[in-house]
Amino acid sequence: MTGRTRFGPTALIGEALEGVGSKPSRLLITVLGTMVGIGALVLTIGLGQTAGGQLTAHFDSVAATHVEAAPTSVKGADGDGHASSALPRDAAARASALAGVDASVLLGEVPLGDSTVTAVPVHDPSSPTLTPPPVWAADGDLLGALDGRLAEGRFFDGGHQQRADRVAVLGKEAADKLGIHSLAGGPSVFIGSHAYSVIGILESVDTRRELQSAAIVPLAAAERDFPDLPPPGILALKIAVGATDLVSHQVPIALDSAEPQNITVAASPTTTALEGGVRNDLDAVFVLIGVITLLAGGLGIANVTLLGVSERTGEIGLRRALGATRPQIAAQFALESLITGALGGTIGAAVGVAVVVAVSAASGWTPVLDLALALGSTLLGGLVGLAAGAYPALKAARTEPADALRS
Amino acid sequence: MTTTAEVAPVIELRGVSRRFGSAQEGQPQGGPVTALSEVDLTIRPGDHLAITGSSGAGKSTMLNILGLLDRPSAGEYYFDGVATSSLRDRRRSALRGSSIGFVFQSFHLLPGRSVLGNVLLAFVYGSVPRSERLRRASEALDRVGLSHRLAFSPATLSGGERQRVAIARSVCGGAKVLLADEPTGNLDRVNADAILTLFDELNADGLTLVVITHDAAVAERARRRIGLADGKLTELGATP
Ligand SMILES: Nc1ncnc2c1ncn2[C@@H]1O[C@H](COP(=O)(O)OP(=O)(O)O)[C@@H](O)[C@H]1O
Ligand SMILES: [Mg+2]
Repeated sequence: MTGRTRFGPTALIGEALEGVGSKPSRLLITVLGTMVGIGALVLTIGLGQTAGGQLTAHFDSVAATHVEAAPTSVKGADGDGHASSALPRDAAARASALAGVDASVLLGEVPLGDSTVTAVPVHDPSSPTLTPPPVWAADGDLLGALDGRLAEGRFFDGGHQQRADRVAVLGKEAADKLGIHSLAGGPSVFIGSHAYSVIGILESVDTRRELQSAAIVPLAAAERDFPDLPPPGILALKIAVGATDLVSHQVPIALDSAEPQNITVAASPTTTALEGGVRNDLDAVFVLIGVITLLAGGLGIANVTLLGVSERTGEIGLRRALGATRPQIAAQFALESLITGALGGTIGAAVGVAVVVAVSAASGWTPVLDLALALGSTLLGGLVGLAAGAYPALKAARTEPADALRS
Repeated sequence: MTTTAEVAPVIELRGVSRRFGSAQEGQPQGGPVTALSEVDLTIRPGDHLAITGSSGAGKSTMLNILGLLDRPSAGEYYFDGVATSSLRDRRRSALRGSSIGFVFQSFHLLPGRSVLGNVLLAFVYGSVPRSERLRRASEALDRVGLSHRLAFSPATLSGGERQRVAIARSVCGGAKVLLADEPTGNLDRVNADAILTLFDELNADGLTLVVITHDAAVAERARRRIGLADGKLTELGATP
């Protein structure tokens, strides 16, 4: 006899949309909260990503004074990276002859195998040994190329290289580990069975900081003492400010004129890693600001929706008189709140993206934006709206129709 | 001609009481109030009933119970033969939406919607097919003499016109019973008369009417008059 209720999703959405649109001035105020919150979120993250991207590019192209050349690594069929060619033995000399290159050093790690590195000759093989410090072979101006400083002594030079002298410079940490605190008394390190005279202790290096825990020896000596030594794979360069483009172009030709594409020039890894750390910190602050603004926006929606529920008591009573159930009333108010939030999120994202693009255009940057962020804004706004509308919707559903229609 | 007594009642109250301010009502302001006290009432299809009484006599409480907007504290209310006290909210809402029309003193039109939009609201929670809704809403508005005002906003209408929109909304869904709480309370004499004439016409077409009023002139238009005082009913008379 009595009609089944047929208040389906279409009807619900229709009523919610009418409800949302019935008071444009109120809608504007309600939408504003989420809009500003999500707009700020998109803007801050977008600007963070864009600025971060520019920062890296900036370092790469203009301000970078430390770069490295290495054989281009090619993905082999087995998926591993393989160096397609080696750096020439005289790479350091060739590179330092180029305009824009202030200093260069050819570096390679010496494979130690079972050899130990100690400050005294090992007579008792059963005595406990620490992990030996790594040994690096170097040819060229290491202090100049890596902005290194000596704590004591001197660095080996061309003469040492020519004679393949067994001399070593210890990184500060390596010296501590080996118990060599000064050059007084002419200390030596024993690398395998060979004694190397320690002629210097390194205070610091600005890039390739791993050298601080290493023993550094002349490449020529390492080549003689360690037949397994592979050709050194790193040419570290100190270049003039603004010379990156020139150097990136010239160094590969100088090192491999036949196939310059076999040599890749990139910013020193230390520089980018440092930059990445700064960027992540900035991102976190940006996101936090956006989230706080968004929470404030959510509270705004909750407030206005609650106000709407008490203002629309008569409407709630009328809908109940027309056959609405309590869940249907709750659903309508929750959906209205959700739509408001989603609308705010969408507009906010659009505004945020527009500002990021405008700022980028004005600064000559390439805008970097996570597409998921822009698209997810609608969803996020909707979720904020839904959460904010939950209590008001419940309150609307609890309204007694008899009380609601009293006025 | 058959007498109404032979037709099954559409509304039947048996020993219905409604008390306010008991513990579960939450807000006892100066002790519990008995708004309705063991009321028995039978209303048959086609009746035109007026319930009168002074302010606070329990008239609105009575209408809320008849309209399934409120539940009796005691007794049983049969609507169309169905005992309603055991029905769940969902069933009561469906019954209310499909069979009972409401007209309020303050119209309760949604200001953001057109005249037609307000009438169409009657179908939102019901089962009238989408294809029929516009026709039935237009017919109802035609019937109350407002077919030239379909796209108007309620704010631009006079009080009498607003109440006619509300009446169109209450009858277009196929209600069996129309419950009106002080329907002319906000209207002048002329507009009130027009509404009462409309009620007479609707009643002549078979709609059961229950009009609550404190206005003797409005009560005179009904065929059966009931007085309510301190929650108790008295038959005041009937016009054959
Ligand atoms: N929700 C309620 N809570 C407490 N008391 C109420 C409530 N509704 C009505 N009453 C009381 O019940 C009595 C009848 O009220 P009502 O039915 O509105 O009278 P009328 O419509 O005849 O003026 C009054 O004393 C009123 O204060
Ligand atoms: Mg009243």
